[in-house]
Amino acid sequence: MIVAERKKIPELLDIVREHQRLLVLGCGTCVTVCLAGGEREVGIISSALRIASRIQHVDLAVEELTIERQCDNVFIEQAADAVERNDAVLSLGCGAGVQAVAERFHSKPVYAGLDTTFIGILEEQGIWTEKCAACGACVLHEYGGICPITRCAKRMLNGPCGGSREDRCEVRADSPCAWQLIYARLKEIGQLDKLRRIAPPKNWSRSLDGGPRLIVRQDHRI
Amino acid sequence: MEKAEFEPRVLAFCCHYCAYAAADLAGTMRIQYPPNVRIIRTPCTGRIETEYLIKAFETGADGVLVAGCLEGGCHYTSGNLYAKRRVQYMRDMLEEMGLEKERLHMVNISAAMARPLADAVTDMVETVRKLGPSPLGLRIGDCGLRIERDAAANPKSEIRNPKLEKTS
Repeated sequence: MIVAERKKIPELLDIVREHQRLLVLGCGTCVTVCLAGGEREVGIISSALRIASRIQHVDLAVEELTIERQCDNVFIEQAADAVERNDAVLSLGCGAGVQAVAERFHSKPVYAGLDTTFIGILEEQGIWTEKCAACGACVLHEYGGICPITRCAKRMLNGPCGGSREDRCEVRADSPCAWQLIYARLKEIGQLDKLRRIAPPKNWSRSLDGGPRLIVRQDHRI
Repeated sequence: MEKAEFEPRVLAFCCHYCAYAAADLAGTMRIQYPPNVRIIRTPCTGRIETEYLIKAFETGADGVLVAGCLEGGCHYTSGNLYAKRRVQYMRDMLEEMGLEKERLHMVNISAAMARPLADAVTDMVETVRKLGPSPLGLRIGDCGLRIERDAAANPKSEIRNPKLEKTS
């Protein structure tokens, strides 16, 4: 899922301060699960904006709404009336959600209330870790299901770098060395021979380096 | 409002198994504590969500006290430890919003600690008295109007002022 964090209240207030009526729009999908932009967070951030605006004598009325999914027009439609009666929208969706809402409502400013951070998983209650960089050409099959692009600080395809201490990364001591994990995992599943192969340079044109990506499925087009 | 006339309004979320019983005991023991405090009983401080704390400040509380069991003594094992983290999160958020973090405080007491509870309430009220009224500038009676305004702006809001609804 996509993981995001809320922006700080002073930054949010600066973003919306020129408007009198604001819709704080939550998303019921990824950002709900990562506790950043779901219905609860919409309530908390709206209350915080009301308090901060009142203290700073900013005239701001805040309406709250959460839709099932902000990256899907079918659901965005449900917010049409609320968007209509407000001056601007503060979206608590991920970057994709913010842009989808902005594209749907041409005449309303739509602002991002979250910093979209990474694609990851819930490691344990309250802890999320990055697992995928969406590089566009998955190599997980080569590395025992552990991504060297995302989890190695140096993105090495032919590791380890030699700087790791015990099983810790030299860049961040609280992070495990991805190559240590890859070695242990490949050993466990009897595929250590995969490490004998030297991986060629990766084709980054399938990542963001090749511009925004597009997938067209003609078999699903109507 | 003149600062001399200012009487803080402090909301106290008290755990059923300790602080609420301690408040009861304080009553039985005839221990006085300031009447500025409004007590809300919770099944455990672990039940207190960030939303409750922020809503208290939004609707005009000058200070909020969270009173839970002694660490290690929670009826539900660790609810008070969860509350401690939430209170810390909320204190940081108060500063972000421009409120003093001292307006929110958590204490740990047992059901037998009537005197410490009274002292904690007194300390909280005095701390808030020194800080002055909440800068939101809401006075008694304003809260309902503000809730009504927000409810009007937000038709789906579950927050209503029952007093206003009855008259309408």
